[in-house]
Amino acid sequence: MNPYVIPGLVVVVLITVGIGVYGLRFARTTSDFLVASRSVSPAWNAAAISGEYLSAASFLGVAGLVLRYGVDVLWYPVGFAAGYLALLLFVAAPLRRSGAFTLPDFCEVRLRSPMLRRLATVFVIFIGCLYLVPQLQGAGLTFTTVTGGRYEWGALLVGLVVTANVAFGGMRAITFVQAFQYWLKLTALAVPVIFLALHWQSDARPAVTPPTGPVFAATTTVEIKQDALLNGVDPVHKGDKLTFAAGEPVPEISSVDHNNGADWLLPGGDTGLFATYSLIMATFLGTMGLPHVLVRFYTNPDGASARRTTLVVLAMVGLFYFLPTLYGVLGRIYTPQLLMTGQTDAVVLLLPEAALGHGHLGQFLGALVTAGALAAFLSTSSGLLTSVAGVVFTDVLHAGRGGSVRDFRLATVLAAAVPMVLSVYVANMDVSQVVGLAFAVAASSFCPLLVLGIWWRGLTDVGAAAGILAGGGSAMAAVLLTVMGPPLSEPLAQVVEQPAAWSVPLAFLVMVVGSLATKRRVPRDIGATMLRLHAPESLRL
Amino acid sequence: MGGDAGGRPARVRVVLGEAAAQRPMADPARADLAEQTPIGEALVKGLVRAQLALAIRLSLVVAAGLGALPLLFAVAPGVGQFKVLGVNLPWLVLGLASFPFLVVIGWAYVRWAERNEQDFTAVICRPEA
Repeated sequence: MNPYVIPGLVVVVLITVGIGVYGLRFARTTSDFLVASRSVSPAWNAAAISGEYLSAASFLGVAGLVLRYGVDVLWYPVGFAAGYLALLLFVAAPLRRSGAFTLPDFCEVRLRSPMLRRLATVFVIFIGCLYLVPQLQGAGLTFTTVTGGRYEWGALLVGLVVTANVAFGGMRAITFVQAFQYWLKLTALAVPVIFLALHWQSDARPAVTPPTGPVFAATTTVEIKQDALLNGVDPVHKGDKLTFAAGEPVPEISSVDHNNGADWLLPGGDTGLFATYSLIMATFLGTMGLPHVLVRFYTNPDGASARRTTLVVLAMVGLFYFLPTLYGVLGRIYTPQLLMTGQTDAVVLLLPEAALGHGHLGQFLGALVTAGALAAFLSTSSGLLTSVAGVVFTDVLHAGRGGSVRDFRLATVLAAAVPMVLSVYVANMDVSQVVGLAFAVAASSFCPLLVLGIWWRGLTDVGAAAGILAGGGSAMAAVLLTVMGPPLSEPLAQVVEQPAAWSVPLAFLVMVVGSLATKRRVPRDIGATMLRLHAPESLRL
Repeated sequence: MGGDAGGRPARVRVVLGEAAAQRPMADPARADLAEQTPIGEALVKGLVRAQLALAIRLSLVVAAGLGALPLLFAVAPGVGQFKVLGVNLPWLVLGLASFPFLVVIGWAYVRWAERNEQDFTAVICRPEA
C-alpha cells in the first residue's frame, strides 16, 4: 500500500477540523454564522460554494465517464458548470432578496401556502438523499481502491463518519473550511496532471486511440469481477486473474459497457440525441434546485453581491472542470485495465502511480489525489446532510423553536440512513449517472417553481403544486424505476433513464396551465413580493 | 400568531430585511413603489421585464452556442473529424472553450443587470421636476 496515503488523509482531516475550530471562534461572537459570512468577500464565499459543489461525482465520476464513453459525456462537466449560469441569469439576485433560506421557505414567501411548503419538503429530502448516494458510492470506491477492502464497508464507514460529524456539530458549514477544500481539490488534480502530461511527452506521446483499440502500457494483471465473455468468445469467471504483457490489446469484455475507437473519439456514437439533450436539460436547469446550493446564497449581503458571487463560482467551477477530462483521456493509455474491471471511477486515484511508477513521485501524487477525493466527499456530503437534516428538523419533526439538539441529531440520522442503504444497492452504477438522476428530479420540480415564481406574477399555489407533482413526480418515478426496477428494453430505457427532456417541459406546462385555471388564488400581496424580489436594496424600500 | 393575549407581549421574530422595509418613505416615487400605486406597479413591471428580457436573450445565446452543438455533430459528422493542433474539434469545444464562453456570458449579464438596476434607481431617486 502507498505509504503517503494515510498521512495525507490525516492532514486533510486535521486542517479541516483546525480551520473549523478557528472559524468557530469568529462565529461565536455574532451568535449567527450567517451574519459572520456576510463579512466575507465574494471571492471567499464563491470558493466556499465551489468547494461544497464539487463532489465525488465531479472529482472521480467525470474522469471515469470520459475514460469509458469518450466525448459524449463531456456534456456532464459542461452542464455542471452551465447550471451556475442558469442560476445566475434567472435566480441568484431575486432569491437572495426574497430572504428565503431553503426551498420550502421560498414557497412560503412567494405563495403563502403551507401545503406547497410540505410538498417542497418531500422533494428536498428526496433530492438530497439521491445526491448523497453517489457521494457515499465514491467513498466506498476510494476505500476499495486504496485499502483493498470491501466497497460496502467504505460507503458505510464514511456515511457514519459524516453523520456523526454533522450530528455532533463537528463540521459546521463554515465558509473557510469549504473554501480550503475547493483549493485542495483544484491542487490535487492540477499538480499531478502537470507531471502526467510531462510523462506523456517524454514517453514519445503514445496515441490515445490506437487503431487496434486500447493497449496495455505495462505488464498488467487483471482480476475478473464477474463471469463474462472476452472478445465475445472466451468465457472467463469471477476471480480469474489474467496477465497481459505491455503492448497487448485490451480485450472487449461483455460485462462492461464502453466505447472504443471512433465511438469514443467522435460525438454521436450510440448515445442518441434524445439522451444528450435530456442530459443538457437536467444539468443546466437542475443546479438551481439542489438543496445545499440554495442555502449558501443566503450568506451574501445583498442581491448584487449574490450575482457577483455566482459569477466567480462559475469561473472557479469552470477552471476545475478542465482537469477531469485530461485524467479520463490519459487513463485510456495508462489504466486501460479499468475498462475490463468496470471500476472506471477509480481512474483519478490510480493514474498517478500507473503512469509515473511506484517511486516516491508516483506515490506522493497518488496520495494527493486521494486526499482531494476525501475532501470532495467530506465537503459535499456534510453540506448536503446539514441542509437535508435542517429541513427534516423544521418541517418533518416540526421542531421549530422548541426543537432540541437531540431532535436535530435524530433528523440527521434519519436523513443519512436511506442514502447509506441505497449506496450499497446501486454499487454498479456510474457515480455521475446517479448524480444525473438527482439533477433531473431537481430540474423538473424546483427549476419551474423558482423561474416562474420569480418572473411571473400569475403563478398560484395550486398550479405550482400540480407542476411539481406532474414533472417532479414523474421524474422521481423514472429514477426509482432506473435504480430498483427491472432492466428495460432500448427505446423505453432511454426515456426512463434520462427523463429530463420530457419531464421539465411537462412541469412548466402543468404549472402554467394550472395557475391560469386558478387565477383567483394569486396572492394579494404579489405586487409587494415582486418589488422585494427585484428592486435593488440600495433603495431601502 | 401574534397578539397581546396576556400581560406579557408575545415574542416577535425580528428580521433585518423586514425592519428595513418598514422605514418611512421620503420622496413620492418611493411612496408610489411602497404603496403599490399604479405608477409604482408600472415601474416595477418595467424593471422585471427588462431583467427577464436580458436573461432570456443571453440564454438564447447559450442555446445557440452550446445547445445547437449535438444537433450540428449529428447533422454534419465531418465537423467532428476536423482537427486543431491534433485534437478533434468537439473535444476542444466542449472540454476547453465552453467554460470561458459561459463565464463571458455570465460577466455580460452581471454588467447589464446592474445597469438596469441603476436605471431603475435613477428613475426613483430623480428630484421632482
